Amino acid sequence: MATEIIMPSVSTSMTEGTLARWLKKDGETVAKGEVIAEIETDKAILEVEAEAEGIFKAFVADGATVKVGEPMGALLAPGETLGGTISAAQSAAAPTAAAVGGETAVAVAVAAPAAAPSTGHAPAAHDGTRIFASPLARSLALLHGLDLVNISGSGPQGRIVKRDIEAAMSAQRPASGAVAAPVAEAPVKAPQPAAPQAAGAGYELIPHSSMRRVIAQRLSESKQQVPHFYLTVDCRLDKLLALRQQVNGSLPDVKVSVNDFIVKAVAAAMKRVPATNASWSDEGVRRYRDIDISVAVATPNGLITPVVRQADAKSVGTISAEVKDLAERARQGKLKPDEYQGGGFTISNLGMYGVRDFAAIINPPQACILAVGTAEKRPVIEDGAIVPATVMTCTLSVDHRVVDGAVGAEFLAAFKALLETPLGLLV
Amino acid sequence: MAQEKFDLTVIGGGPGGYVAAIRAAQLGLRTALIEREHLGGICLNWGCIPTKALLRSAEIFDHFKHAGDFGLEVQGASFDLQKIVARSRGVAAQLNAGVKHLLKKNKVQVFEGSGRLAGSGTIRLEQKDGVSEIQSTHIILATGARARAMAPVEPDGRLVWSYKEAMTPERMPKSLLIVGSGAIGIEFASFYRSLGAEVTVVEVRDRVLPVEDAEVSAFAHKAFERQGMKLLTSSSVVSLQKQADSVIAVIDTKGTTTEIRADRVIAAVGIVGNVENLGLEGTGVQVENTHIVTDAWCQTGEPGVYAIGDVAGAPWLAHKASHEGILCVERIAGVDGIHPLDKTRIPGCTYSRPQIASIGLTEAQAKERGYELKVGRFPFMGNGKAIALGEPEGFIKTVFDAKTGELLGAHMVGAEVTELIQGFSIGKTLETTEAELMHTVFPHPTLSEMLHEATLAAYGRAIHT
Repeated sequence: MATEIIMPSVSTSMTEGTLARWLKKDGETVAKGEVIAEIETDKAILEVEAEAEGIFKAFVADGATVKVGEPMGALLAPGETLGGTISAAQSAAAPTAAAVGGETAVAVAVAAPAAAPSTGHAPAAHDGTRIFASPLARSLALLHGLDLVNISGSGPQGRIVKRDIEAAMSAQRPASGAVAAPVAEAPVKAPQPAAPQAAGAGYELIPHSSMRRVIAQRLSESKQQVPHFYLTVDCRLDKLLALRQQVNGSLPDVKVSVNDFIVKAVAAAMKRVPATNASWSDEGVRRYRDIDISVAVATPNGLITPVVRQADAKSVGTISAEVKDLAERARQGKLKPDEYQGGGFTISNLGMYGVRDFAAIINPPQACILAVGTAEKRPVIEDGAIVPATVMTCTLSVDHRVVDGAVGAEFLAAFKALLETPLGLLV
Repeated sequence: MAQEKFDLTVIGGGPGGYVAAIRAAQLGLRTALIEREHLGGICLNWGCIPTKALLRSAEIFDHFKHAGDFGLEVQGASFDLQKIVARSRGVAAQLNAGVKHLLKKNKVQVFEGSGRLAGSGTIRLEQKDGVSEIQSTHIILATGARARAMAPVEPDGRLVWSYKEAMTPERMPKSLLIVGSGAIGIEFASFYRSLGAEVTVVEVRDRVLPVEDAEVSAFAHKAFERQGMKLLTSSSVVSLQKQADSVIAVIDTKGTTTEIRADRVIAAVGIVGNVENLGLEGTGVQVENTHIVTDAWCQTGEPGVYAIGDVAGAPWLAHKASHEGILCVERIAGVDGIHPLDKTRIPGCTYSRPQIASIGLTEAQAKERGYELKVGRFPFMGNGKAIALGEPEGFIKTVFDAKTGELLGAHMVGAEVTELIQGFSIGKTLETTEAELMHTVFPHPTLSEMLHEATLAAYGRAIHT
C-alpha cells in the first residue's frame, strides 16, 4: 500500500517548508528508517526518514516549497504505480493510523488508511459518487496537485481526460485574481497528528473537500485581513414586483426572478459608481473595466460563485437565463474554471430562506458584497400615514481600503433608486 | 437530368469518402457520393486489400519452404502467378461489391462520374451521358492521392511499374529494383522476394522504413537481408537506361555510383494529392504541397467545403481517412462529444515478413519533445507462443513518459504484429498509463503477452527476459 511522504510540521508556526533535496531517485527501493530527504525550515535543515519500505516516487523537485501536510512524494508497494497512489491520496482524507509521532516531529510518512483502495479503483468524490477520469488524467492531476473533484470532464459521459487537466492548468495560470478558484488550490492534506478514530469518538469526522478548504481559507483571510464596514438600506419592491408580474405574464418564455433584477440593478449601480468595481493590491487599486458579477450559489459541496460577465450590457432576460444555467451547472459541479473565476462584485441572496438581513464576508479580492434579505410586507410611513409595503433589506459589506463610506452609500442609493423605479432596468 | 439537392455530397468513394457517406446517412443527412472509378477507392481496389491477398499467397509459400521445420513434407511446391493475381483481384471485387451494397442499404445516392466545385453549394457533375449540377449544403472532398512520379523513375506501365502494374504482373520478373522503402515499397519487396525474385531496394534516407523507430528499422533491415534482399540506404537512382526487356539503373550511394540491371522497376517514392479538376481555383480552399489545407475539423478555407483522407495530408492511411470522414460528418451534423483526431493515436502497419506495426512517438521523437522516458523491449524469443509458431524473430518496444506513465508510443516487428498493435491503440485512446497495462490479464499462450512484457520491461519488471 502506498505511503505518502508529507511535509512535516516542525514547529507550530510553520506553514510551509522547502524540500532541500531528495536523497533517493524515482524507482529506488527504500527501507524503513532510511533517510530519504532533507527539508529546510527557517531554523534548520532536518532529515526525513522513510516511515515504511517501498519504491520511491517524487511529486516535487528539489528546492520546491511545500505546505505543511502536503505530499511531496510517495513510497509505493512493489507492483503499485502512480495510478494507485492517487486513489490512496484522494481517500487519505480520513486517516486512521497516522504514523507520525508528535514528539519526533520529523517523521513524515503516513500510512494510507486501511479503507483506501490499494490500486486501480477510481477515487470517490467527497459526496461518495465515483469520479470518472482516465488513468492519465489521474496521473497528471496528481503530478500537478489538482483535485479531480473540481474538474469537469469532456470525455465520453463526462469522463475527465488529459485535455481537461490541461485546460484546468491553463485556466489556473492567468487567473491570479480569481475569486473562487478551488481548482487553483492543490489538495491540502491536514497535518497528520494522531487522528481521532471516528468510531466511538462521539462525532462523525467529515473529510474536507477541497472546495471546503478553499472556502475556509479565503473567507478566514478575508474576515481577518480586510477591514469590513457595513451599510444597510431598505428597498421598496412594490413597483418591481408589479413590473416583474407584467413581464412574466406578457412573455410566455420568460420567467425572471427578483434576483435577476437585483443583478441588473447592481450592475447599473456599479456603472454609476465605478469605484465599487475594484480591488485592493499592494501596488494600487485595480479598477476593473468590465462589470462582472459573481452570484453566490449553494451546492451540495459548498458555496461557489459563478460569474455573469458584463452584466451591465445584458438584458434582465439574458441575465435570468444565464444565472439559471450557471446555477444549475454549479450544483452539478460542472462549471468550468473561467465560469467562476474573476468577477468584481458578489451578490449573496438568502431571501428565499426568509432571512431578514445579514452581513456577508467579502469575497476577495473584490471590494464589495451585497447581502440580500427577504422581500416581506412591512408597515411603512408614507405621507404621515402607516401603509403596507413590500420591503427588502440589503446590506453592503465594503473593503474600506478600496471604498470609503460615502462612496459605498452613493452606490447603495443608486441601487435603491433603480429598484424602486424599476422601468429603468428594462432599457 | 433534373437538378438534385443534398445535405451532404462526398466527392470520392474511397475508405474516407464511403465511410463518411454512410455515417452521414445514419445521421439522417440526405447524402450523395460521387465516384469516378471504383467504390472503395485505391485502398480496396489497388492498395491495402489486394496487396494483402498477394502477401498471403507469398506467406503460405514461405511456409511451404519451411515445412520440414514443422515435420511436414511438401514436395514440388510451386506457384502460378496468374492465379495468385486472380485471387487478389477476386478479393478486391468481392469487397467492392460489398461497399456498393452498403451504400445502397444506407440510401446514399451514388453518382458514377467526376465532381467539381461550381460556386457556393453547387457541384458540377460530369458523367458519361452528360453534365449536370448537384446542389449540396456541405461538400466533402475525399479524392485521395496517387503515386508520385519522380524522375528518373516515372512509371511507364512497362518497365517502370507503379503499384498498379506491380499488383498485376503477367510473369515473374527475375530481378526487381524497388525505389522507396516505405510501407508500399517494402511490401512489394517482400512479396517478390518470397516468390524468388532478386530484389534490390533503394532508399534515399539512411535507413529502411524511415518513419519507424530506428531500432525497428535496423531489425527489419537485417531480417530482409537474411532473406536475400539487397538494401541500399542513403542512395538514389541517378539515371535509368531502358533496354528491350530490362533496365540499367545508376545508383548513387553517398557519392559512389554503381550500376544495377533489373527486369523491372517499382516506383514507390510517396504520393501526391488528387487536387486537380476539383474547381478549387478562385475558392477559399488552399492547397499546399499537393494537399488541401484543413483545420482540426477537416474544414477548408471555403465555408461548407471539407477535405478528408489522403488529399488532406499525412499520414496517408485508410483508417485515418475513415476516422476523419466520421469526425467531419459528425461535426456537420452537430453530434455532441466529438474531438479532433489526435494524430499520435493513429497506428501504422506494414505487412512484410516480418510485419511491422507502430503507434505514437518513436523513442527519438519523444526525446526531441523533451520527455523523460521509460523504454521497454521484449523479444519474440521470450514468448512461448512465438516459439511454438516457429516465429522467434522480432520484438516489441514501448515508450512511456517517466513522469506520468503515459504510453507515448509502441513499436513492433515480427509475426502478426499488425494484429497486436490495436491493443496499444485502445490503451492510448483510454489514456492508459503503465499501471493499467500491467494490471491487464493477457491470455496465455498468445503473442499478445508480449504487450504486457514490453510494458513491464519499461519498468525493469519483465518476467521472461
